[in-house]
Amino acid sequence: MITAAAQEREHYLNASYGLKSWLLTKDHKRIGLLYLFTITLFFFIGGAFATLIRIELLTPQGNLVSSETYNKLFTMHAVAMIFFFLIPSIPAVLGNFFLPIMIGARDLAFPKLNLLSWYLLVIGGAFSLFAMIAGGVDTGWTFYTPYSTTYSNSWVIATALGIFIAGFSSILTGLNFIVTVHRMRAPGMTWFRMPLFVWANYATSLIQVLGTPVLAVTIVLLFVERVFHLGIFDPARGGDPVLFQHLFWFYSHPAVYIMVLPSMGVVSEIISTFSRKAIFGYRIVAFSSVAIAVLGFLVWGHHLFVSGQSLYAGMVFSFLSYFVAIPSAIKVFNWTATLYRGSISLQTPMLYAFGFIGLFTIGGLTGLFLAALGMDIHVTDTYFVVAHFHYIMVGGALMGYLGGMHFWWPKITGRMYPEGWAKLSALVIFLGFNLTFFPQFILGYLGMPRRYHLYPEEFQVLNVLSTAGASVLAVGYAIPMIYFIWSLRYGKVAPANPWGATGLEWKTSSPPPVHNFDETPVVTRGAYDYASLMAEEVEVG
Amino acid sequence: MADHAHTETLALRVQFDTEAQQKDASTLGMWIFLITEIMFFGGMFAVYTVYRNWYPEVFAIASSSLNEVIGALNTGVLLLSSFTMVMAVRAGQLGQRKAIVMFLILTLLFGGIFLGVKAYEWNEKFEEHHIPGQAAFHLEGVAPGDQGHAQLFFSIYFAMTGLHALHMVIGVGILLTLIVQANKGRFSASYYTPVDVAGLYWHFVDVIWIFLFPLLYLIDRHLGK
Amino acid sequence: MSDPQEHTHIDSVGTYVKILLALLVATGVTTAVSRLDLGAFNTVVALSIASAKMLLVALFFMHIRHSNKLTKLVVVGGLLWLAILLLLTMTDFATRGIIGVPGK
Repeated sequence: MITAAAQEREHYLNASYGLKSWLLTKDHKRIGLLYLFTITLFFFIGGAFATLIRIELLTPQGNLVSSETYNKLFTMHAVAMIFFFLIPSIPAVLGNFFLPIMIGARDLAFPKLNLLSWYLLVIGGAFSLFAMIAGGVDTGWTFYTPYSTTYSNSWVIATALGIFIAGFSSILTGLNFIVTVHRMRAPGMTWFRMPLFVWANYATSLIQVLGTPVLAVTIVLLFVERVFHLGIFDPARGGDPVLFQHLFWFYSHPAVYIMVLPSMGVVSEIISTFSRKAIFGYRIVAFSSVAIAVLGFLVWGHHLFVSGQSLYAGMVFSFLSYFVAIPSAIKVFNWTATLYRGSISLQTPMLYAFGFIGLFTIGGLTGLFLAALGMDIHVTDTYFVVAHFHYIMVGGALMGYLGGMHFWWPKITGRMYPEGWAKLSALVIFLGFNLTFFPQFILGYLGMPRRYHLYPEEFQVLNVLSTAGASVLAVGYAIPMIYFIWSLRYGKVAPANPWGATGLEWKTSSPPPVHNFDETPVVTRGAYDYASLMAEEVEVG
Repeated sequence: MADHAHTETLALRVQFDTEAQQKDASTLGMWIFLITEIMFFGGMFAVYTVYRNWYPEVFAIASSSLNEVIGALNTGVLLLSSFTMVMAVRAGQLGQRKAIVMFLILTLLFGGIFLGVKAYEWNEKFEEHHIPGQAAFHLEGVAPGDQGHAQLFFSIYFAMTGLHALHMVIGVGILLTLIVQANKGRFSASYYTPVDVAGLYWHFVDVIWIFLFPLLYLIDRHLGK
Repeated sequence: MSDPQEHTHIDSVGTYVKILLALLVATGVTTAVSRLDLGAFNTVVALSIASAKMLLVALFFMHIRHSNKLTKLVVVGGLLWLAILLLLTMTDFATRGIIGVPGK
């Protein structure tokens, strides 16, 4: 099955062995895999909480868990999924692995810092995990004061500290990426020859670097208020809890784009590869990533429409929120235009990319509903909001992540995954996702509030549908776990470029050598030059 | 492929092609780190701006309870430390190994004095019952109903000066490391990046104080008297 | 490739001493001015002097004078984002109640 030559070739996986060679590695590829293990663990932890939530919501009565426990379940589901899965997911796993290779570098600019980032995520994760095991936290992932500073009896500090530490992991990864993109590009790799995945990760890094510190200081202020009774947000002393919300959402709204922008980058790679065409309007798509990163900082107040913010500010933030639709729509239109008259092959990554486009569009358009001040007052804190952000974060970010995992699995492991099973699971995930979350739009519109485990009986049918969808979704996630592991041993050996793609990562062997390339590549073409690639093939043929 | 072996003074990491590229990357990395610091302190500046606008009178009274002469002298000490720091970097540029060590030690000394004075000022607050969250909190000249607003001022005071001091302590740690390395002769005219980059950090922390001093000690203090 | 020495501008000790003196004088001035009643201009003067001091430290001690465009862009970008944080936050706090909420 494996030729002797292939076995002997040294690559990043067999260059050294033993736990130490992994835990002290400075290789961005190995660090990417360390992240993969870590975030997969948190994905299943977050998934377990989601399962309990959906089971509880099968019936209108709160008969599985108490109200207090339910508060903890949705809080810990969000903490695990947002801070320890979605935010690190694509940048820290796929970005870490591929960003340097895609610009022709031997590693990130600061490999030791990169390893430190992973340790910070693990330490932060350990704090949060400790809080979960010790008794949980019940404030909601938003930690709104004064509940979080004064009244909650749960493990607020341990969780917040975990998020604070994980935040530094995120900051340092962003810093590393920015410096790498500026300083480490191979000869000829100009800004407008960079793959859109690199552009997307660059834009994401800007958000991580500019936004995360504000979350960090907000957590510090929460900490000193809870522990030392410095009353920064204490209404009893004339402080304003709404100020906490401003600072929190200054980071946490852009954080949504930390989750979804890298997925957009993955989708650009996949759409181009599987329609064998350059991305339509490459430069506009590249700029739209940066535009989303920038505009994302101007809209946070739409989370505060009903929280006591001034009506004037509400109108300003509502107005500004619409602008995010422009670069988002540009991406969707340009992907669609790329498909036009393309030579399309419906392999698994392409299915995920299509899933992303459809679900992200629904999530984005319902976002416009929520940005409208009047409409938002009707659906604030209902399941409409829950459905909306799950369409963005699961339908968007997670679909992109899975698409990217399939797209690059052959490069990472040197093995192909089984195409038939993969297509099946992509379909199951798509159906399960819609069955889970589409009914929640209706529930929210009808007025079912989020964060309660009791609900009127007339909502039961839709909740049962949603729970049924969640079961399908769970099966859909289990299948790739199984066949990815299976493929490590039994998968077909992957060639260097199984998809016939143009990126630099496909020019090196699968899996790549320790320093990525046998010699530093010299770039002479744009990222998606399928036209000349096919012209060459004709000549050779 | 770049040469794996690097000498004591010319540490060229494998991922870089040239020393210039490596130095550029380190400097850019530090500057990006500093903008994360701007945003970190920025959150507190936002808190300050909001409450100062809401409670200008009480904040003026609270401001004037701080000793501005001590504050000004301590600012001077910190500016001196910035001067010695930049002289250490200059010594690095010129490859004067002994001068690097000397100026780093001077910087450490001034930084230490600053922290000492800060500790004295904090201690004073404890003696004057200006500690927010304590039942004994009382600020002279403020109506009983507005004592909470005065507490807000001191909450901000402690949060801002505390986090600034924490950054100073980290800076002191960095200086100690550099002094040890410089003493071993690690740095030369062709490799002094750590000194350079640490200098950026030290100056940044200085700049934060340059703003904290007027914001906390000076603005409207004539109203409070 | 190029020698790093080439890109390094070494300022004279005199320059640094002058900057230090300017900074110390500015500190003295801002402290003295705080005793005068300038109305709203107390804040303006205090922050202007602080900004001037920041510029001196950044341009000379942090060598921005000799830095490349990217470094300057990073610094300006950082300050711009700080401005976004402060201005959009104040959009709320400075306008509370100027538009009545129906039904309230």
